[in-house]
Amino acid sequence: MAEALVEYKNLHTYFETDRGVVKAVNGVSFRVRERETVCVVGESGCGKSVTALSLMRLIQSPPGKIVRGEILYKGKNLLHEDEDSIRAMSGNEISMIFQEPMTSLNPVFRVGDQIAETLILHNRLSKREAHARAVELIRLVDIPRAEEIYKAYPHQLSGGMRQRIMTAMALSCSPRLLIADEPTTALDVTIQAQILELIRQMKRRLGMTVMLITHDLGVVAEMADYVVVLYGGRVMEEGPVHAIFKHPRHPYTVGLLRSKPVMGRRQDKLYAIPGQVPSLIDLPDSCYFSFRCDKCMNSCRSGFPPLVEVGREHRVACRLYTGGGGAS
Amino acid sequence: MNGMTKYDKGIQTPWQLAMRRFRRNRPAMLGLIVLGLVMAFCFLGPMLSPYEILQTNIRNAKKPPSTEHWLGTDVAGRDVLLRLMEGGKISLMVGIFTTLIQVIMGTLIGGVSGYYGGRIDGLLMRFTDICMSLPFMPIALILASVMSDMGIKPQHRIYYLMVIIGMLSWPQLARLIRGQVLTLREREFMLAAEALGISDSRRILRHLLPNVIPLVMVDATLSIGGSILSESAMSFLGLGVAPPYPSWGNMVDVISDLSNLRRPWIWVPPGVMIVLTVMAVYAVGNGLRDALDPKMMRQGS
Repeated sequence: MAEALVEYKNLHTYFETDRGVVKAVNGVSFRVRERETVCVVGESGCGKSVTALSLMRLIQSPPGKIVRGEILYKGKNLLHEDEDSIRAMSGNEISMIFQEPMTSLNPVFRVGDQIAETLILHNRLSKREAHARAVELIRLVDIPRAEEIYKAYPHQLSGGMRQRIMTAMALSCSPRLLIADEPTTALDVTIQAQILELIRQMKRRLGMTVMLITHDLGVVAEMADYVVVLYGGRVMEEGPVHAIFKHPRHPYTVGLLRSKPVMGRRQDKLYAIPGQVPSLIDLPDSCYFSFRCDKCMNSCRSGFPPLVEVGREHRVACRLYTGGGGAS
Repeated sequence: MNGMTKYDKGIQTPWQLAMRRFRRNRPAMLGLIVLGLVMAFCFLGPMLSPYEILQTNIRNAKKPPSTEHWLGTDVAGRDVLLRLMEGGKISLMVGIFTTLIQVIMGTLIGGVSGYYGGRIDGLLMRFTDICMSLPFMPIALILASVMSDMGIKPQHRIYYLMVIIGMLSWPQLARLIRGQVLTLREREFMLAAEALGISDSRRILRHLLPNVIPLVMVDATLSIGGSILSESAMSFLGLGVAPPYPSWGNMVDVISDLSNLRRPWIWVPPGVMIVLTVMAVYAVGNGLRDALDPKMMRQGS
């Protein structure tokens, strides 16, 4: 097994709002091994993006604050690094693709110049070298007429093209770790597949590690080596992709998988997990999922269950598996 | 419109697109031409005149237009045409420099306030609110009369005037920019820039400010007109540019002596110039607004 490139240890990221403290990430721990693709899944508002942004130290403060925990990158705690070294790493060793290709590019610059800017900054290339390299990168992400597109402004490109440009930007300095925060959510299905294929290709070619944030289980099935299921800012279940899809243990994971339509099987009504994601302000001292869970027991109402091993690398936080405790 | 023709023409920058829209705007182009002529008249005209602005000639005073003095002479026998040009120079300079002060103050305070937010924002915006709630004319008049009491030389008063008008009119621009920066700051491309490891100062200067420039340009252009009016009003009341130095405002002031009502060549031309120039400036400003952001057409203020 490869070494861990990133290790989250008991991360807590809170946001202070007028209505109270929003515990967006509330004790998340997992590892991302080198050259693996880890998918972080969950419903909207379960802390996926905040988990990713915490790593890049992009949490706006105030109101956000990383309260506790560690994020180790190659054994170094990123949360203790100073701003300069984080800045030197961002876009260089660790880079990120955002969800909205429509708004992630600056409307007043030519897209090529935006790619070149990163290259000049991190790789200390001259303007001309950066230009040449940027054109090359545009070609690399499968955009024809790269020279012409270099000179285009974001509003002249389609969503798919812009996401490719974003990808080119993220890949410009050959990062070790690529964080993709729902990179395909805003795109239509065919473009989605192309972008995912692009990420997969680049991963192979550059030997990258990928952390993919998504709520789309189709994407997970296609991309992931390892899956982390988040709910209410906590890890509910984590494991290799096969284990998660074949033998999901947590009722929440089971629910998520059931809510995915299956080809060929006609259903009158698509399954939906009842209820909504709990408010992250006053989280109860119980399993956060217990209110929506069809297997809820008395013991679920007291304390959040710990993660327990249920298979090789497969862990789940549910009273059903803590043994003994869930008997009643 | 298909893709081919778009690329055949080559890729146009947003700036080029805006300029094309501007050129198609008749009133704006007309305004620009008028403004160009006024500028040429005021800045180049005096060089062609055989007279001196301060040169008086009582025996030749209050003469109607003639071949020697195309617009006649004023109460002290000075050439009105030359004074019109020189006065225009001063009025335009006041307009431009006060706007410059406004833009610098407004961008700085609005930008910092919007970008950093929180307590800095609160503090700066309350300060802006205070400045905004000061009634412009009374304060300007008080400051101007303090200026006269302190015995500031007439030829220096124009500089003080620029600062006074400039300092009293920046708050609006500051608020406008703050609002714009606030929305821009939350846009994903700013986060993306941060994720690429781009430094704070570079993010503000290279990524944020260029997005604010159209707004500043429009507001600045319009405020040149406003400043010319303020200067004229103050000079008309005898508190701005002081005689013997001319400005369009104090040239119109001669009708405070009603006997001059019979000598329209002295006070009508500067009045016409004020109206013409300010209208031209507004036409250009509105044209810029429509060209730079078609969605923002005719909004507020």
